[in-house]
Amino acid sequence: MKDRNNNPHPQRSIDRRNFMKWMAMGTASIASLSALSSCNSDKIESFFQEQFKELDETELAEVLDRLEREYKKEYDTVIEVNSTLPMDHVLYGYGLDLSKCIGCRRCVYACVSENNQSRNPEIHWIEVLEMEKDKGVDLLHSNLYYDHEQVPSDGHFYMPVQCQQCKNPPCVKVCPVEATWTEPDGIVVVDYDWCLGCRNCMSACPYGARSFNWSSPNIPVEEINTKTEYLGNRPRAKGVVEKCTFCIQRVRQGLYPACVEVCPVGSRKFGNLLDEQSEIRIIMKNKRVFILKEELNTQPKFYYFYGT
Amino acid sequence: MLFQKHSFLIWICLLLLGFSGCNLNTYADADHADPISKQVLNVLDSTGLIPAQEFYSDYFPCNDCHSEIPSNSSRRELVEMHEEILFDHDSENRWCLACHSESDRDSLVLAGGKHLGFDESYKLCGQCHGPKYRDWKLGIHGKRTGEWNGQKIYLLCVNCHDPHSPKIKKLEPMPPPRKPDQIKMDTIYERPEQ
Repeated sequence: MKDRNNNPHPQRSIDRRNFMKWMAMGTASIASLSALSSCNSDKIESFFQEQFKELDETELAEVLDRLEREYKKEYDTVIEVNSTLPMDHVLYGYGLDLSKCIGCRRCVYACVSENNQSRNPEIHWIEVLEMEKDKGVDLLHSNLYYDHEQVPSDGHFYMPVQCQQCKNPPCVKVCPVEATWTEPDGIVVVDYDWCLGCRNCMSACPYGARSFNWSSPNIPVEEINTKTEYLGNRPRAKGVVEKCTFCIQRVRQGLYPACVEVCPVGSRKFGNLLDEQSEIRIIMKNKRVFILKEELNTQPKFYYFYGT
Repeated sequence: MLFQKHSFLIWICLLLLGFSGCNLNTYADADHADPISKQVLNVLDSTGLIPAQEFYSDYFPCNDCHSEIPSNSSRRELVEMHEEILFDHDSENRWCLACHSESDRDSLVLAGGKHLGFDESYKLCGQCHGPKYRDWKLGIHGKRTGEWNGQKIYLLCVNCHDPHSPKIKKLEPMPPPRKPDQIKMDTIYERPEQ
């Protein structure tokens, strides 16, 4: 590399490189200014919006208001956008009874309608894997696309996989802009307005739990869940990553996640890991429990167990 | 002399420490030996556990008819009435009057003769299915809905299991996700830019 101190033209006040740099910046700023002047104030505000964690109370309220206005315009229906604080002394944990799950996929679609996932292209936060009883938990030979007339199919068991809400989440580590992080109650969330869409987190996640909006999400207006959370189920835009949040809009109100509510066989359990009397803690104490891909040290808060 | 006095004190301290350690261990052991019984009480004592709506058959109240029909306690296949009930619940050894009271058809009856209302049927199930009953009370078996930190709705055994044929029936699954090669880009709807 050329030594800067040996510049053969020290007398020049502006060299070619600097000239080009300033020209480029000038052109870019003029272009962006003209682009902004054609936008309305909401678009300008959304362009300059800070990352969620850096918003103070008034800024956050403004952002939520603006989002509601934008959704009203886009979907022609009133969509409520909230931002609920995490509860104190709560760390969410999830249990799934592999001996009960029958693979009916009710959870997959309850999740889609609760969390406003795109219908076409199709985004599912829960993937139900069919495995052979003879092979045990064998991800390599599992089948996501099983299509039987009736389930459970003989000789098979079913393992739903969704975000494991890791305590040591690789997806959070790789995000170049801190658009995803772990909330104090243990939920790994995404700021959809801060996400670049680089999909590093998707390749880092060993559970395939994150999905990308390759096109504008398409949700029939009458099917939109209008009670939404900023970090949860509010409608997303094209080019951002999304994931399961344990139904943050429900659990922070004290409700069970939608997948727990819908499961016809009661294989899904949910509760506060810091409360010894919670169902999830009782399960962890009394049943055979395992976590998926333990060897990766992701430390999931999603516990598979055998209730029998 | 001073040293001896100190060493005596140290011994006392060590002894005390040892005892306190023992105490901790016994607590842990006791907790470990019988983790369930304590928790059953706590879970059942906690507020707001409301049972889900009870399962009633179309026939209820049964006494409307049975009060007028003389009771026949001989074990037989039903032909005139209730023949649509498929009984597949240890049918070799049990039949109607193993659970339904002979003297009061609006009640169930425990093995010891105690009568129960249909809304307490889970106690009847629990007399054979002990470990499942225990797990259900703890929230491990069965389904609860409502609030994870407050009012929970309990589904009773009979909300999911038909008491006459308790094995869970197979279900039609919802459609599988689209395989990547089935996704056609031109079928994907793009919302026009605003």
